[in-house]
Parts: sequence; structure tokens; C-alpha cells
Amino acid sequence: MRRRAQLAIGAACAVLWALSASGLDTTVLADPALQARYVALTHELRCMQCQNESIADSPVDLAADLRNQVREQLLAGKSDEQIRNWMSARYGEFILFRPRYSWRNAWLWGAPGALLLLGALICWRIVRTRTTLLAQDPDLPEEDLRS
Amino acid sequence: MNRFLIPLGVFALLAVVLVIGIFHSPDKGIIVSPLLGKPAPTFALPALLEEQRTVSTQELKGRWYLLNVWGTWCGECRAEHEMLLKVKQSGTVPLIGMDWKDDDVQARAWLVQLGNPYETVVVDRDGRAAIDWGVYGAPETFLVNPAGIIVYKHVGALTDEVWTREILPRLTGAAVKS
Repeated sequence: MRRRAQLAIGAACAVLWALSASGLDTTVLADPALQARYVALTHELRCMQCQNESIADSPVDLAADLRNQVREQLLAGKSDEQIRNWMSARYGEFILFRPRYSWRNAWLWGAPGALLLLGALICWRIVRTRTTLLAQDPDLPEEDLRS
Repeated sequence: MNRFLIPLGVFALLAVVLVIGIFHSPDKGIIVSPLLGKPAPTFALPALLEEQRTVSTQELKGRWYLLNVWGTWCGECRAEHEMLLKVKQSGTVPLIGMDWKDDDVQARAWLVQLGNPYETVVVDRDGRAAIDWGVYGAPETFLVNPAGIIVYKHVGALTDEVWTREILPRLTGAAVKS
């Protein structure tokens, strides 16, 4: 019984995997290196119509057109960065799922570090004031301080 | 007292920042085009209504025009059509249509049935010109100045409000200056 259930689940998984692998984008480039870059690029470009999907995952017409652009430009020998630039020149940096470092968003990248530093500073000051307070306490025996 | 002052201050500051953020994002979800203030992308596309004629951005230069991206498959385009006809009637600025990934026969029928607000309609069958213009959803309308620079872009149906608040002032402002 158990074994049968396992088999059924396995079969279902296989069917689902096959379905997802066939997907909506059936593009296969002859060169496996180009194909890998194609897959990577289409997964990091945003579908502007559905916005939370990549152009690789979107069934929208425009996404297909943009995938087509990626394929053509790869075949024409363009670099990944050239293709990203081409896309963001038309649709803005919003089309890139991975935002770029720039002076405009430097504060966003830097903020966590700055806040951590600030927290450490405050921590250090509190600890210091407390130790000096303890040291000044005449009622406290010496050993307590050392422990 | 002092213990609560700092957290309270931080909270007040945060509240102010968030309120400003909320009230200053009326165009939530609208992506600002990187093409604003830049030369309009060039194209040379066949005209929908005149056989054998190719229209290029080069010949559109030298005067103001509105480029309106539409398609018969687009519901919002039907909604804005009335407004486009009004713009045509006003005679303020010529409308150039870009028929985006559409069927020519249906597009011609649409213009006969609903009226033709366009001076010229170019056909972008494979959608390449639209991508060059950063179009991501019809209807979209671009205002281009005589130097061929895109000065304004509107995503979605053109309305009376957009026309009087965004487009007219740019046209008349330019007329006063020159």
C-alpha cells in the first residue's frame, strides 16, 4: 500500500517536472554556453507588463519579444552587460531584477553597515559608563569587579 | 522623560517620511521612462492607410507631435479613442498613431468604425519599434517637441485631465517661450 502511494507520488512528480521543463519558452540555442547565458539573462530581466515575473516565466507577448531580442543579441555576439544596457536604456533600471550599485542608491547599500556601527558605538558607550560607575562604587568589594 | 524623547523623535521623523512617501506617489506602479528628455528613437515604418509609403521619425521632426501607441486588441485604447478625437478636433497637435502588433485589416476597420484621430498611422507589426520606445502596455502616449526630444510620456488611456494638466501646458509654455 505504502509502496503504491510512493510510486504514485513519484509518477506525479515526474509528470509535473516534465510539464515545467517544457515550459512556455522552448528556445534552445545550438551553443550550450550561449544557451546557459540565455537562460540566466531571461531570468534576470523583468517582464514589464506583469512586473513580478521574469521574461523567461511570463506568457505575455512582450516578454516573448524581449526574449527574442536577448536571443538575437546573444547570437550577434553581444556581451551580457551590453544586453542589460540595451534593455535598461529602453525600460530603465527597473527591468533589471538585480539592481546596480550606484551613487544614487549607495546610501541604501551602506545603511546597514552604518547602523551596525552606530549600534556598536552606543553599546560600547553604555558598557563603558557602567564599568566606570561600578569602579566608583565604594561599597563594592574588589573581587566582584574582576569576575 | 528624556528616555522617551529619542524614540518618540525617531518615530515622529519616520511618520513624516512615510506620510510624504504616501502622498507623493500618485503614479504608483508607473515606471518613469529613461527616454524622457532624450531624442525619440528612430523608426521607418509602413503607413497603415497609404500603401507603399514609409514614415520615418526624420520626417516627423520640426514640429510638435503626439505619438500614440495602440492596437485593436487593447481595451483601454477603445476607452481613450473619444479623447483622441477631441484632441484632433482641437487642432493643437498632430496625433501619430503606432499600431502595435496588430492586424492591418482590423486596424483599418477600427478607424473607419470609430473615426480616425490620427494624421498618420505607422504599423509596428513585430513590435520592435515599440520596444525601442520602451513601450510596455498600450495605450501609451509620447509628446515629442520640434527638436525630436521626448518631453512627456503617459501610460494608460489619455484623459481630459492628462490633456489639460500635462500636455497643454507643455505645448503652450513652449509657444510662449519661442
